[in-house]
Amino acid sequence: MTTIKTALTKKEPVQKTDKKSVYLTKQLNLWYGDNHALKNIDLDIKENEVTAIIGPSGCGKSTYIKTLNRMVELVPSVKTSGQILYRDRNIFDKDYGVEELRTRVGMVFQKPNPFPKSIYDNIAYGPRIHGIKNKKILNEIVEKSLRGAAIWEEVKDRLDENAYSLSGGQQQRICIARALAIEPDVILMDEPTSALDPISTLKIEELVQELKKDYSIIIVTHNMQQAARISDKTAFFLNGEVIEYDDTDTIFSNPSDKRTEDYISGRFG
Amino acid sequence: MSVREKFDYELNSAQEQLILLSNMAVNALTKAVNALASHDIDAALEVIEDDSDINQLEEEINDRVILLIAKQSPVATDLRRLIVIIKVATDMERVGDYAVNIAKETIRIGKEELLSPIHEIQQMHALATAMLTQVIEAFVEEDVIKAKEIAELDDQVDALYGEVINKLMLAGAQNPEKISQITQLAFVCRYMERSADHATNIAEQLFYLVRGRHYDLNK
Repeated sequence: MTTIKTALTKKEPVQKTDKKSVYLTKQLNLWYGDNHALKNIDLDIKENEVTAIIGPSGCGKSTYIKTLNRMVELVPSVKTSGQILYRDRNIFDKDYGVEELRTRVGMVFQKPNPFPKSIYDNIAYGPRIHGIKNKKILNEIVEKSLRGAAIWEEVKDRLDENAYSLSGGQQQRICIARALAIEPDVILMDEPTSALDPISTLKIEELVQELKKDYSIIIVTHNMQQAARISDKTAFFLNGEVIEYDDTDTIFSNPSDKRTEDYISGRFG
Repeated sequence: MSVREKFDYELNSAQEQLILLSNMAVNALTKAVNALASHDIDAALEVIEDDSDINQLEEEINDRVILLIAKQSPVATDLRRLIVIIKVATDMERVGDYAVNIAKETIRIGKEELLSPIHEIQQMHALATAMLTQVIEAFVEEDVIKAKEIAELDDQVDALYGEVINKLMLAGAQNPEKISQITQLAFVCRYMERSADHATNIAEQLFYLVRGRHYDLNK
């Protein structure tokens, strides 16, 4: 288990030739009632990489990412089969507590959703829930999380202000900082820049490049160029199936499946 | 017209311009060699003058492709096709330059009677222009097998080149007063040999377009 200090201190990029799997999905199927939303998904997601999930609306990419932290279970009619091994342990195991999983897996959503609280309290919220009361430690977590999300300099003098007073791009970085505050191992991002302007988008993209040194990032995006720019691996989903999963360089220069090519070149979807 | 239809339209237009450029370059080469064989200075001057059209068309193709890349962010085969169009246009523009060089040699030789290797030069020309014409056909049809066969013809051009250079050297020894013409004809041979190399380059580009990998067809 990493300590707060090590998790929030920037490390040198890890030079690994054979990266470990952070999420290993085996024959995952998911149904919403009768709707077979994910079909025989096999994906090996490596640590300290950015994995992009692309595909047209309704292809199952958001369902998949929400399955990784078991958020999809909030939908009553959901049934699953198969396995998702997070760090070699099946997240569907009966004795695997969902809270335990979610302390390791942070999530950032499409629209910035800070709590209607001060900037400070937004970041301190998670650590407080996990029992951290010491003001000095909380201060340290807040600062390091905000620094980690590249927004410290912009908000350090206004931590007591309501997070709603910030711009959309700043709010999204607050949400990323909030995710970092719980010392996650993985950050899931569901279209994190689709509601942002180009400058804020660029900041988030640069941030993702920084964050992957310490975290594994899985990002759902509709923006093809974003996937091409920031990810190491790309998975193309279509009608609930993984059509192609490969190095991003390969997917965008020489994909092996015609359906992938048609989608990324804008000929359908 | 939808955004992608416009993209496809622009892509096709760029490819059509490339075919036009190729025809212009091959015609210039033929006109230059014919002018050389028939001492036609006027025709040689026309080749030099018309080269600006070839250069301008190459620039238009490049501008069109650059704009498409900037505005449409193409990927995969679309992106490779655009890059290949730029590279093939450069190859063909170069062939146009060789035609100009041959025309300049023709003017330098003037009305002086030509030595016998002119027949081999015409043979080289026939081979090189056949390679260039057919490789563009293969490009349009995306026929890599045909492209490979065309690239293999380059060995014949190289062999002819060796033969002609030997003959010219021999002729130089026998006719020292013709050394100037012999040097000029040797240059012409070189331009022809290089034109055939550009056909091989284009064949390699076609492989890259179709297969997404680089192949060396010169081996």
